[in-house]
Amino acid sequence: MASGAKGARGTLYRGREGMWSWVAQRVTGVLVFFFLFAHVLDTALVRVSPHTYDQVIGTYKNPVVNLLEVGLVGAIMFHAFNGLRLIAVDFWSKGPKYQRQLLWAVVGLWAVLMLGFLEPMMQHTFHEWFGW
Amino acid sequence: MSAHVTIEPPRTGNPGRSRRVRTRKGPGQVTRGNFELYSWLFMRASGVLLVFLVLGHLFIMMVADGGVEKIGFAFVAGRWASPWWQFWDLLQLWLAMLHGANGMRTVINDYADKDRTRAILKGLLYTAAVLTVFLGTLVIFTFDPNIKG
Repeated sequence: MASGAKGARGTLYRGREGMWSWVAQRVTGVLVFFFLFAHVLDTALVRVSPHTYDQVIGTYKNPVVNLLEVGLVGAIMFHAFNGLRLIAVDFWSKGPKYQRQLLWAVVGLWAVLMLGFLEPMMQHTFHEWFGW
Repeated sequence: MSAHVTIEPPRTGNPGRSRRVRTRKGPGQVTRGNFELYSWLFMRASGVLLVFLVLGHLFIMMVADGGVEKIGFAFVAGRWASPWWQFWDLLQLWLAMLHGANGMRTVINDYADKDRTRAILKGLLYTAAVLTVFLGTLVIFTFDPNIKG
């Protein structure tokens, strides 16, 4: 990690946390954007019939898709918290100075919430598989 | 062994591959006024609102009351009986689509080199975004809990 700075000609950005959070913000943003299309389309099925809607929503209750949803929530939460960090860097006078610490706060908050939400988010799958 | 990986910023270019210079300005160059400033500001303003709207939405749908299990036509009908949740979803739809489309516009501008490629990709993007916002808005306003079927 820290040795990366030397390889990057001493800059603080290249190969370091700032670069990776920028990459992650782009990747999560693009992923969430594509999901948004699918999600508006599946919700639009409420105008077709209750049966059609429930049938397609059934896909979301499949254990594999349930796991993908956990990934989606993870992507959105990172994008949201890191977005708030970017706002702090842009508008708070001490933001740029503490951008690395802010990133670790983002990652920490993200990890705590993901751990806490994992069981509630997966309970349908746990129920199906293990009868919990 | 620690392989050092860096992701190059857009348009720093591979040698030998011609790249469009982003900030070139000169006689005859069209400037876009303050558009990019407003775009930058919009991403931050809509972002703050979306943190509350989307994380609230995810908590209600994915975490609370049995997670995904409860979701179905009856659940949607119950929620959209309230103007509060209709307005929540409408605002969320518009802000998320504008925020997402504007982000994709930035990504396309950064990585699509040819004018024609950029025009095609942005044309597809804007068409898809407008249709999706239109469809979603229509669904929220015309929802019928007693629909036959």
